[in-house]
Amino acid sequence: MAEHGETPSQTVGPYFSMRLGGAGQNVLAEAGVPGERIRIEGTVLDGDGVHIEDALIEIWQANAGGRYRHPDDIRGEIALDDGFVGFGRAETEFATGGYWFETIKPGPVPDAEGEFQAPHINVVVQARGMLTPVFTRIYFSDEDEANRQDQVLNQVPRERRHTLVARLDEASRDPSVYRFDVVFQGGGETVFFDF
Amino acid sequence: MTDPIVTHYGPKAYDDHPPFRYPDYKSTVKRSPEMDMVHIVQTLSETSGPGPAWAEVAEEDADLTTNAGTGGEAIGERIIVTGRVLDENGEPLPGTLLEIWQANACGGYSHWRETAFPAPLDPNFLGVGQCITDEEGVYRFTTIKPGPYPWGNHPNAWRPAHIHFSLMGPAWGSRLVTQLYFQGDPLLPLDPIYNGVPAHSRERLIAAYDHDVTVENWALGWRWDIVLRGSAATPFEEDH
Ligand SMILES: [Fe+2]
Repeated sequence: MAEHGETPSQTVGPYFSMRLGGAGQNVLAEAGVPGERIRIEGTVLDGDGVHIEDALIEIWQANAGGRYRHPDDIRGEIALDDGFVGFGRAETEFATGGYWFETIKPGPVPDAEGEFQAPHINVVVQARGMLTPVFTRIYFSDEDEANRQDQVLNQVPRERRHTLVARLDEASRDPSVYRFDVVFQGGGETVFFDF
Repeated sequence: MTDPIVTHYGPKAYDDHPPFRYPDYKSTVKRSPEMDMVHIVQTLSETSGPGPAWAEVAEEDADLTTNAGTGGEAIGERIIVTGRVLDENGEPLPGTLLEIWQANACGGYSHWRETAFPAPLDPNFLGVGQCITDEEGVYRFTTIKPGPYPWGNHPNAWRPAHIHFSLMGPAWGSRLVTQLYFQGDPLLPLDPIYNGVPAHSRERLIAAYDHDVTVENWALGWRWDIVLRGSAATPFEEDH
């Protein structure tokens, strides 16, 4: 389809927060939305291990019942929740490269074989200095059993799977706090997906 | 239990996009993966996405010459930028949210970040806007033609005039952030961000002057179509 080839990607540049930033977009669930309250926090790190001060992280997730707010998810028997779209945005903090989201833990969604996937959040990362976005996923360290069965995790080399698993801070309660860093390059490079 | 529809998307055309690492754009060297991406089978997680729901909550705000809300008008060359949002199959994508941000006529951004470039700011121009495509996939912005601005990538480096565009599209895999450039800009061949795009697909980023879009006594018109990743085949309709 030469005449309808994809429009190429370009960097978000240093000023994306004029439009794509904005307070509140990293809080996904209004009060009263069902589900376990969680907080995800982390840092985006470059190939020297230096924090990236101007990255954009976007997430997309199902609700606590495991349903996406999307026309293809026609599973009417699972309710959608008022006050919850499942999309969030965060810009990294200029001084630290840190980011955080407050949301609810997603329920399980089906995989390509009709089994359930482990709970996960879909992630896309862009930044000044990136011409093309990278896609990854956040899984949860307290979902060991589900993670072992997960079709997508099982497509990842075993020794790299840990880069996709957010670590629960065992002392945290309501919200449970998970740590998830995004690492470019080096031994701990985050797994990025092509799909 | 009902099964969700899983629209199958063709492979992302990575050969049409810039590489992760493009050393002429220096910051890419440390901000790019070194390992190969891991290929995964698409699931509902990849083939759904926030685009349709997100577009419903956006307010239409497509005139950047007045949307600062000051009652005054932005200074500069008033332009209309319009076009269609399509998928790779040529199908229009109605209900798609476009979010844009840009420099003012002098090349200055209304942003807190410090820069050595002394561009005056325009109190009547925020440089941000949004609109949603109509039933034919058409979007339309009225704005000011942005000025070029210098950056620190290499000596005497200047970005060609550009408008940043963000589109969510129908699926997570169709997420696109890109930049619109203007036909005939002499800075284009010198710009490593533009040149990071392979030569065969680079010109897809260039808006064409279109006299049919130009409005007499009002504004010059530019046309630019945007193509998002599309489904590989017509989705199979199931009875439920
Ligand atoms: Fe820019």
